[in-house]
Amino acid sequence: MTIYARRRTVNFVILTLSYAATAAGLIVLFMILGSLLWNGVPALGATLFTQTTPPPGSQGGLLNAIFGSVVMTAAATAFGTPIGILTGTYLAEFGRGSQLAPVVRFVNDILLSAPSIIIGLFVYEVMVVPMGHFSAWAGVVALAIIVIPVVVRTTENVLVLVPASLREAASALGTPQWKVVVKVIYRAAVQGMLTGAMLAVARIAGETAPLLFTALNNQFWSGNMNGPMANLPVVIFQFAMSPYADWQVLAWGGAALITFTILFLNILARWVASRGSFSQ
Amino acid sequence: MSIEVAPMVTSAPAPQPLRTHLAAPTVPSDKPHALEAPSTKITVKDLRFYYRNFEAVKGVSLALHDKRVTAFIGPSGCGKSTLLRCLNRIYELYPHQRATGEVLIDGRNILDPREDLNLLRARVGMVFQKPTPFPMSIYDNIAFGIRLYENLPAQDLDERVEQALRRAALWDEAKDKLKESGLSLSGGQQQRLCIARAVAVKPEVLLLDEPCSALDPISTQRIEELIAELKSDYCIVIVTHNMQQAARSSDYTAFMYLGELIEFAETEPMFTHPKMRQTEDYITGRFG
Repeated sequence: MTIYARRRTVNFVILTLSYAATAAGLIVLFMILGSLLWNGVPALGATLFTQTTPPPGSQGGLLNAIFGSVVMTAAATAFGTPIGILTGTYLAEFGRGSQLAPVVRFVNDILLSAPSIIIGLFVYEVMVVPMGHFSAWAGVVALAIIVIPVVVRTTENVLVLVPASLREAASALGTPQWKVVVKVIYRAAVQGMLTGAMLAVARIAGETAPLLFTALNNQFWSGNMNGPMANLPVVIFQFAMSPYADWQVLAWGGAALITFTILFLNILARWVASRGSFSQ
Repeated sequence: MSIEVAPMVTSAPAPQPLRTHLAAPTVPSDKPHALEAPSTKITVKDLRFYYRNFEAVKGVSLALHDKRVTAFIGPSGCGKSTLLRCLNRIYELYPHQRATGEVLIDGRNILDPREDLNLLRARVGMVFQKPTPFPMSIYDNIAFGIRLYENLPAQDLDERVEQALRRAALWDEAKDKLKESGLSLSGGQQQRLCIARAVAVKPEVLLLDEPCSALDPISTQRIEELIAELKSDYCIVIVTHNMQQAARSSDYTAFMYLGELIEFAETEPMFTHPKMRQTEDYITGRFG
């Protein structure tokens, strides 16, 4: 009976710790969301979306920063995701048993954990300095470099989770390998791959450091990809650190906007994937 | 009766004595196909298979006949599935797996690296232990394989899909939900879907790797009926753990043990009067 009693005690302790750990995580999450709602939502007026960033003490919104963030995030995702998916596919499907794959995987993991400010500095050196000025394109490249390793990792992870029996079954029909991958394996893994892409979008939507060295910021409306461009993270950074109350309100608004947009995109992606796929 | 001695693995250049054996008058005459002389479809010669350095199949030679069912039986790890996987070279999906020897299909050695893998697999269909419907609709599951090698107008494709589903005795259950996911079917239906998918591309050989081991007895019975019916068109090879299944549904049985072919003969004589002690021990349940 003592063994059983001890087991019960251990079970109780471990369960309590697990609940405590979960609660700690969730409490922090809800505190963040709560403060964003509390401080950010009042700032989410119509002017936020219709006016550009103001000088201190006057009326304004975040239109130029929203535009810049959307454009640069979209372009970086458009460039980074295909490269990431192809690399992840190589690692999971075509590179199995090759000597190159472990090297690529290792390098990718280093890139994945590289501080984003280093990536910003890198792009500053290779693009901004030669071009002589900050530009939205440089921002796009920096963000794309952050996207790639995230997508590579998630793509490889979800592809290796697809049961080998499915690969065998498709190959046994005489299907060329690329078709096995594109028509069968991708379909089985589409939800995970989409989640990976969404994770990457979420990651770069809030990146500040790489943009400080590349796209920088712009007080005014600019659609020129060859010049500096406003973007939400840098504007939030600048406005939140400022002593002006109206700038701080706008920073809260921008923070709330980014967070809830990402939340919405994630939910949307999951919904689309669950409708589109044939998995049970 | 020395003529009846089954060809032994390591010793014999198998095919020759085997044919003699098959021509022997012991062929049961109540079988409907008994009048038709069996023709050899696949000849395996001194096949050896390696997982890295481990030799899983140790020099097997045997002949598989067209329009007949051959069962591979034996305890787990005896190499029967491995042998089956050599017949369409599906093992090549994995590094560190290789085969030596010869597998002649209609006289051509398919182990030859110059042999086109995809064309080979289109001729040699395979159904696996676990049902593996593709993550697409029931219709597309069947059409997928057909589209690989044939460019058919929609109407002909519809016809081929229906044919295949009828062939696999799944049409009545599936005809009203062709657009639904293949994964929405029950386990037994999924397995019949996989058989339909395999026969839809009109292969010449059908390899079944323990096709019923994940199914309940009723689904198993349906699959066995299906095998009996498909036999008229294909050279069928089935790996099974179930001795009754081998006895019920096969014409020839190969008993393997520790990577070697111990005995290969017609199913009925083998199950009633096994030549080898090990075979007798296995089919009477003394080991394995």
